[in-house]
Amino acid sequence: MRSLEAPAVQRVARGHRMRLRWGRIVIYIVLVAFALFYLMPVYVLVVNGLKSFQEVSLSKMWAPPSALSLRSFEKAFDKLSPNFLNSVSLVVPATLFSSFLGSLNGYILAKWKFRGSEVLFPLLLFGMFIPYQSILIPLVQFLRWAGQYLPVQLYGTITGLVLVHIVYGIPITTLIFRNYYASIPNDLVEAARMDGAGFFGVYRHVILPLSAPAFVVVVIWQFTSIWNEFLFAVTITSNPAQQPITVALQNLAGSQIVEWNVQMAGALLAALPTLLVYILLGRYFLRGLLAGALRG
Amino acid sequence: MLRISLDRLIAIALLLPSLVAVGIFVYGFIGWTAYVSLSNWNTFVPDLSFAGLTNYLALMRSFRFQADLRNTLIFTFTFLAASLGIGLLLAVLLDQRVRGEAVFRNIFLFPMAISFIVTGVTWQWLLNPSTGVNLLFDQVGLGFLKSRWYTDPSIAIFSVVLAAVWQMSGFTMAMYLAGLRGVPDELLEAARVDGATEWQVYRYVILPLLHPVTLSAVIVLGHISLKIFDLVYAMTGSGPAFSTDVPGVFMFETTFRGNRFAEGAAISMIMLLLVAILIVPYLWYTMRTEAGP
Repeated sequence: MRSLEAPAVQRVARGHRMRLRWGRIVIYIVLVAFALFYLMPVYVLVVNGLKSFQEVSLSKMWAPPSALSLRSFEKAFDKLSPNFLNSVSLVVPATLFSSFLGSLNGYILAKWKFRGSEVLFPLLLFGMFIPYQSILIPLVQFLRWAGQYLPVQLYGTITGLVLVHIVYGIPITTLIFRNYYASIPNDLVEAARMDGAGFFGVYRHVILPLSAPAFVVVVIWQFTSIWNEFLFAVTITSNPAQQPITVALQNLAGSQIVEWNVQMAGALLAALPTLLVYILLGRYFLRGLLAGALRG
Repeated sequence: MLRISLDRLIAIALLLPSLVAVGIFVYGFIGWTAYVSLSNWNTFVPDLSFAGLTNYLALMRSFRFQADLRNTLIFTFTFLAASLGIGLLLAVLLDQRVRGEAVFRNIFLFPMAISFIVTGVTWQWLLNPSTGVNLLFDQVGLGFLKSRWYTDPSIAIFSVVLAAVWQMSGFTMAMYLAGLRGVPDELLEAARVDGATEWQVYRYVILPLLHPVTLSAVIVLGHISLKIFDLVYAMTGSGPAFSTDVPGVFMFETTFRGNRFAEGAAISMIMLLLVAILIVPYLWYTMRTEAGP
């Protein structure tokens, strides 16, 4: 997994020719302009979320609030908190289980290659690129059908969504773990086997202790994508009491009677967990993005 | 090796559930969707009698689906071009020994962490013709830049592109930056010793080395934009005269709001075909290079 940090020497060498002062100024102007562009929506969300209801006006969208009011956030929280909790109870088990599954699959595909495993891998990967619309009709039929034979309902419930995210998370989690485990020297595995370790012994004593970085990347990746997911959520959970926050936010925004500052507070609320993860663990978040895109 | 070790059996047995799950939930379900798309199931009651290509032919004749395909292509090309261009520009600028590089990087990249639904809801307000960006233009004396955005059918789709670029261009920036940082220093020094200007170093040494990064970015962003749904659904829906409609939205409404399952299945199969045209050669290539020595 690559790092974005340039070695100090390299930085000096690269910067050498660009010392012309006006060149530097243009660079900073462009960078700051883009930074303002990326921050603009956040500014609007925060500023209008913090205005009192009397002060909110479409013609003063860019004006800062004269006095801070948390009423919009309270109202958004009132409407969205059950769905926020639904998202939490969806994201936690789905993320943990699919990370573990990915680790196991990655270990097998990297260290226990068998005839055909090189062919199976791209077939597995194809599953992470497909438009999920192309499996949605059978999926709904399957969840309805399977729920009849199980003690829990799958269609229309968070349990069903957990299952769906675990299954469709297999390709990406397997990919990240396989690429990571491929970088662990086979000698280590061989040495452990010489010492009498079997399949589980090697996993437990060699692979797992080295897995922390890959787990961090996969957990963040799965957490973010499952929290933000919409298509499965809106098709599988039609009952508002069972819906994750993305669906509830979409309903809130589509409603004509909810004030727009409440919608903005709601949007911020829905974005908060993944934003926090990004702020606290941004480095790993980035690695996850790149691991999914760059090979090795 | 004749003797199959117990460990190898365990390995295969533990991999099997995942393989079976993907086999059924991906390949089996795609097969079933294909079957539904050839059936008469266009009411609430399942009817799997064979209809041939009726649903596909109806789609090809439909004004809405023609608009969807056009919108998807326009969206994909402009979104890719803008994301790649902005991403490369920002990466090159950040690579110039910039003070506060980490801060800029984080600001450019944070929209990636946010749901398309949040982006859609926010940009719907920002590009609302009576407030948002238009209001800002007025206040800073750039009134001539005002636009009807997504209420104007001729440019509505570009409003969605703008929101998508806001969310994803940081990703291409990060990829290009990782690529730039991977260029060996000796190569740059050699070019400089040979008298190349900084511009020539970028044009003839660095950019050609970034081709694999561009390819990866096209694959990742391309497949996202070909199947885009949430952003459009939350921001504009179908738009005036289907000017922002995409197959993902059409499929969802046809199937789950209109109960026209066979037609919805046909739309999704065409979406799958579009994505497969992009992805399968890439996976094929990956497999060939991995299986090699």
